[in-house]
Amino acid sequence: MSWKELEQGGVVKGGTSSSYIVSGWRVNKPVINEAKCTNCLICWVYCPEPAIVRHEGGKVTIDYDHCKGCGICEAECPPKAIAMVREP
Amino acid sequence: MYEQIKGLKELPTDEPLSPGHRLCPGCGASVVVRQVLLAAPKDTIVANATGCLEVSTALFPYSAWNRPWIHSAFENAAAVASGIESGLKALERRGEAKQHPIVVFGGDGGTYDIGFQALSGAMERGHRFLYVCYDNEAYMNTGIQRSGGTPMGAWTTTTQVGSARGGKVEAKKDLISIVVAHRVPYAATASISHWKDLMTKVRKALSKDGPTFLHVMAPCTRGWRFDSAKTIRMARLAVETRFFPLYEVEDGMYRLTFPVPSPKPVEEYLKLQGRYSHLFLPQNLSELETIKNGVTNNYRRLEKLSQITAQTLAPEAQPTVAR
Amino acid sequence: MTLAQTVRIAALQGDEAVAEAVRQCDVDVVAAYPITPQTIIVEKLAEFVADGRFGGEFVPVESEHSALSACVGASATGARVFTATSSQGLAYMHEMLYNASGMRFPIVMAVANRALSAPLVLNADHSDMMGSRDCGWIQVYAENVEEIYDRTIQLFKLSEDPRVMLPSALNFEGFILSHDKERVRLLDEAPIRSFLGRPRPKYRLDPDAPLTFGAIATPDTYYEFRAQQSEAMRTALDVFEEVERDFERLSGRRYGAVDAYNTDKADRIMVINGSAGGTMRAAARALNAAGENVGVLAIKLYRPFPVDKILSHLSDCKTVITMDRSISLGAQSGPISEDIKSALLGAGMNKRVMSVIYGIGGRDMLIDDGKKIFGMAKEGLQFGQGSIMYGVKG
Repeated sequence: MSWKELEQGGVVKGGTSSSYIVSGWRVNKPVINEAKCTNCLICWVYCPEPAIVRHEGGKVTIDYDHCKGCGICEAECPPKAIAMVREP
Repeated sequence: MYEQIKGLKELPTDEPLSPGHRLCPGCGASVVVRQVLLAAPKDTIVANATGCLEVSTALFPYSAWNRPWIHSAFENAAAVASGIESGLKALERRGEAKQHPIVVFGGDGGTYDIGFQALSGAMERGHRFLYVCYDNEAYMNTGIQRSGGTPMGAWTTTTQVGSARGGKVEAKKDLISIVVAHRVPYAATASISHWKDLMTKVRKALSKDGPTFLHVMAPCTRGWRFDSAKTIRMARLAVETRFFPLYEVEDGMYRLTFPVPSPKPVEEYLKLQGRYSHLFLPQNLSELETIKNGVTNNYRRLEKLSQITAQTLAPEAQPTVAR
Repeated sequence: MTLAQTVRIAALQGDEAVAEAVRQCDVDVVAAYPITPQTIIVEKLAEFVADGRFGGEFVPVESEHSALSACVGASATGARVFTATSSQGLAYMHEMLYNASGMRFPIVMAVANRALSAPLVLNADHSDMMGSRDCGWIQVYAENVEEIYDRTIQLFKLSEDPRVMLPSALNFEGFILSHDKERVRLLDEAPIRSFLGRPRPKYRLDPDAPLTFGAIATPDTYYEFRAQQSEAMRTALDVFEEVERDFERLSGRRYGAVDAYNTDKADRIMVINGSAGGTMRAAARALNAAGENVGVLAIKLYRPFPVDKILSHLSDCKTVITMDRSISLGAQSGPISEDIKSALLGAGMNKRVMSVIYGIGGRDMLIDDGKKIFGMAKEGLQFGQGSIMYGVKG
């Protein structure tokens, strides 16, 4: 990128990091057992990314583009509805 | 006053922090940021000191921050925040802008040590902001070197464990006492494991018209040497062993917000972290005892302070900044 | 633009003139820490605050580093900000000088030049600003108190121009200018305010459009950010002329990026910045009245370096005398000398250059000293690589 095209002073628009994919960082990935999930949102409040997306009624899904596979969600889930599975 | 935290479902769904940042998997610091900003109003402005959080979330041309955010240098986050607050005040008088809540994020490095002066000055001047120290107990970003916030006995790259010495000799600086000495309206400790306590404290702090402070434990999977899945568990154990008590000081009055009447043994917390592994060798048992006594005494001190200040302090008696 | 009526004539110290200008310029935030000889600036502003005559926020920070940091934070909200310092304070905020200019904040700072410790001294030389001359700030040197007043106003306009967006430092010698009372023709407030306007910066901390300031770069992008700043510096040369032209309409006063006295015909021309320029001009006038042919080129805009203007005045002389009020220890000669020598070489102009160091640590420069130095240049005394440390004892 030419210096003429850079933003003055290096200012960046907020939130642009979501275009950066970090899925390659992980070894294991979380899989939610929807039958066991009670929609308590504990995984969501403890996720460092966040790679857990909230939907209507407390339902959550994993954002696999941005999950680094840390395993916090599996460790903290009260009904043990999340399992860390080795990625193929 | 402030709006009570009822449950997780009423918290906003649009994320204050976007994913795709470069923090380690399982990083405690980003959980601190997420929980603080989920509890804070949407128009919060953030100032950030140099450190793990800053370099990983703002790497040109990417930024994870969905809030107006500024990073300047390592030691000046509190001074930058003073400037933001003053600028908005002056502009609001002209009708050119509005004041907004300001949250400052500084690591233990940028708060206990190099950023200490700026923090002290900003608190003395009475600027309105919430300073959140995310404490991972070492200069993690530069490679796990010791800070004033590193606990006694911990291994770091500048307090190595060898035949002559075994980890950090000095105790962790008592940050809340220092902050309280500035007679700020509110200071508290918090833990990401106890999200409701943390978020309540954020809202309480932001409702005060003056400098407020939150000291939050940010367990570091890399620097403390534990598996990334255990971050929240680590924060929880720190509380449950009384190693990191949860308390608040409101206008000089101490109160344990999460009393721990039957603490788990401190060893349960320490033995999960590789940085303390040497403490469990027979020749280091006396050091382990010193640490445990320190934990016990500290908790007792807080209990006593809660009793004394409840009896002797009325809010009006506390001198605060004349505004 | 209406010509401002001179509201009143006042006898002001340099520091007082700065404070008065700041008060008139609709500054939103002043964050400063006192240091001799700048203290009168902050004290005067505090007086204005107490009397309700200063509409902005006055932040009595706990150090100079925090002063510039607070200015950075305030500037990021879109506020107009000002600070002042000197010597040790400038050195303390050195890190932040690069920070402010790299983030492109239009902060204006007054520097009451004072020599750097150790040893500690309170008196003037240019070693403080010269030690930080590469930081990316616009640097102007004033020669008298009225110029200090005028430049303070001008620099807000220059810095805040969207084509520039670089911070500015106004330099004037400590005690010699900061404390001496001189005649100042103060301007009316309303025309100053309309001259400056209230430009809204493109990027601000605003919850309606969240932006990230101060992201880190990589070797892939850092160089380009510096190239941008370099371009802004170059543009500032032109915008400086525009600002001076507009200010002349406002006040009837214009100084130029350089001030040339008798440079068309002179055989020896002295190049100098700061207050001693006036003294040297007096010496030159006396010598010319006695039949000599000497000139004085005063550099007022130092960064960006107005090389074309400077060289245009040096084309006909035989000898250039460069005057440095700071020492670049370990180098052949001081900063002004090095700048002039490389400019001459770059233009293929072969002149004899006599490098003089003077006035270090507040050592006085009198008219007779000027005459002596012109005399030394005439006799061809000590030309070559090094510098003459004029006035040092022993």
